[in-house]
Amino acid sequence: MPSEFFIPDPSGQVPSAEGYFGAFGGKFIPEALVAAVDEVAVEYDKAKHDPEFARELDDLLVHYTGRPSALTEVPRFAEHAGGARVFLKREDLNHTGSHKINNVLGQALLTKRMGKTRVIAETGAGQHGVATATACALFGLDCTIYMGEVDTRRQALNVARMRMLGAEVVAVKSGSRTLKDAINEAFRDWVANVDRTHYLFGTVAGPHPFPAMVRDFHRVIGVEVRRQLLERAGRLPDAAVACVGGGSNAIGLFHAFIPDESVRLIGCEPAGHGVATGEHAATLTAGEPGILHGSRSYVLQDDEGQITEPYSISAGLDYPGVGPEHSYLRDSGRGEYRAVTDDAAMQALRLLSRTEGIIPAIESAHALAGALEVGKELGKDGLIVVNLSGRGDKDMDTAARYFGLYDTDAEVAANEADTAEIEGDAK
Amino acid sequence: MSGNAQLLNDTLAAAKAEGRSALIAYLPAGFPTVDGGIEAIKAVFAGGADVVEVGLPHSDPVLDGPVIQTADDIALRGGVRIADVMRTVREAHEATGKPVLVMTYWNPIDRYGVERFTAELAEAGGAGCILPDLPVQESALWREHAEKHGLATVFVVAPSSKDERLAQITAAGSGFVYAASLMGVTGTRESVGTQAQDLVRRTRATGTDLPVCVGLGVSNRAQAAEVAGFADGVIVGSAFVKRMLDAPDHASGLAAVRELAGELAKGVRGQA
Repeated sequence: MPSEFFIPDPSGQVPSAEGYFGAFGGKFIPEALVAAVDEVAVEYDKAKHDPEFARELDDLLVHYTGRPSALTEVPRFAEHAGGARVFLKREDLNHTGSHKINNVLGQALLTKRMGKTRVIAETGAGQHGVATATACALFGLDCTIYMGEVDTRRQALNVARMRMLGAEVVAVKSGSRTLKDAINEAFRDWVANVDRTHYLFGTVAGPHPFPAMVRDFHRVIGVEVRRQLLERAGRLPDAAVACVGGGSNAIGLFHAFIPDESVRLIGCEPAGHGVATGEHAATLTAGEPGILHGSRSYVLQDDEGQITEPYSISAGLDYPGVGPEHSYLRDSGRGEYRAVTDDAAMQALRLLSRTEGIIPAIESAHALAGALEVGKELGKDGLIVVNLSGRGDKDMDTAARYFGLYDTDAEVAANEADTAEIEGDAK
Repeated sequence: MSGNAQLLNDTLAAAKAEGRSALIAYLPAGFPTVDGGIEAIKAVFAGGADVVEVGLPHSDPVLDGPVIQTADDIALRGGVRIADVMRTVREAHEATGKPVLVMTYWNPIDRYGVERFTAELAEAGGAGCILPDLPVQESALWREHAEKHGLATVFVVAPSSKDERLAQITAAGSGFVYAASLMGVTGTRESVGTQAQDLVRRTRATGTDLPVCVGLGVSNRAQAAEVAGFADGVIVGSAFVKRMLDAPDHASGLAAVRELAGELAKGVRGQA
């Protein structure tokens, strides 16, 4: 029986055998890692064609993760989006609270097939780290998670979750002390311990085969949305909207729709304090092609190839690179990418919470803010699906400080005015 | 103007003719300042180094341990630019007549332009480049321009490299082969281990004429002597950088790296 939830790209046209999506991708890695990366490619290719692998993964995705994830229509939120119909793909309802578990379970099974006993991973917001620590607990693998020191502070809840699950969490103190630096440190660990260690990469970047493999593990998101929307709305969406840091949840949503030319694929990058301020992480909007973490893609860099320090309120999007397939979609025009500021994302976070009773992750709130714009552009006949890639529990401290929600904050008193403003805006 | 690939070949051949290994030192450009870095390179040449690799500091030195990360950071905060790296190569070579290579991650060259970089490096008197994150299968464009400008392309091999890859790499490379003694990032180690000797043996078994030089983890005279027993060259980086970092002032840093080069020069002559 064909797999219902593990659905690798059936066209197999991109990437090329060398891992290129057009001009982007490839395998820019030190010689010490060549054998290990090749092994991942060979093992993944075998697994992809092995019904037993698909059966095992399907079983986990249904009975452990809880797939398929719900598709929720959000009419009260949609009133603020020009009256377009808006549906949310509820990846936040997966076990561990985000889409990350889809990829992690696939790669954890692969780790076992390769006979490796230790897993390392990077994490920004902590969602990939939590998912990885979870899978390692489930499969009895040693687990070390690298996380920028700045992120261990702003995502303290997830640090505690990872430690509860038995993982070692290493706070990385180099560079900007965020996701990029966590990846650097994970690569250093991998080079030294590659014999028994799999680097369970968390996004659709990195050297081939990671961009294609991680995409394949997340493709189920768009495949489910397509089926669910045809049932519920009777047609395909006008736009599929997702946030883009490295780009894994976005490619997961987009990929099944690439052949459907009527469906606009819209990625929302973090504009931080505004692209013009230079304090942002909008790689596809403001970057140039270059090489970071093993592949060619758009990169935030200076004129001599030094990577510039990104900024976003969202730890999960605070990254100066992006997956090569997004660069390919950008340059071919099939994908559209726009930048969403911290403030717009935070307003969307609060709006969804108060109109629909769903608290999204700050990452996903960037997509929600993008959907509010796109809805106004499409008007009331529009149909939008947004990937709600994660839940917001981990962000409550950041949100509480941003909005002044702690009892000690005088601003709590101003909440009445906030509500009035949201309701008024809808009219 | 053509680069100094031939000078590198001649230097390594001369060491071999003396029945010894060559001493290859690494120091980043711009560390602690551009001029201070040039003085440090002159000091290690004066101490007895045969070849120097000038590091191009990078924001994301994924293959470097904490010592070189710290030095890169100091250099970048000091505002080091590629023009400064070229000046470092030029002044170090002109003052000593010795071969000077650049070691760099690939992105700075990719961004700067391969033709522009190779032309400027050759013009500065550089002998070639070591590109540790540019695998051989992605290197065709680089090699075309490097060859045109008379620059050597030094590839890295690792203990995990399979024999067929060693053959591919030695066939594409020039100057020498950089054999990583162990699986890991740069930094000093207690011992060099047995993997290095096996890797040198397997690299030579490809039939290559290139000298095979061993780096990663070598920090003292005894280790240099041990490696010199089986390799054509001994590469030392972090130990030099550490001497500079630990020195109370620049003058004592220069004295310390010169002294270390002298010790290592004895090591590569088999004087453990």
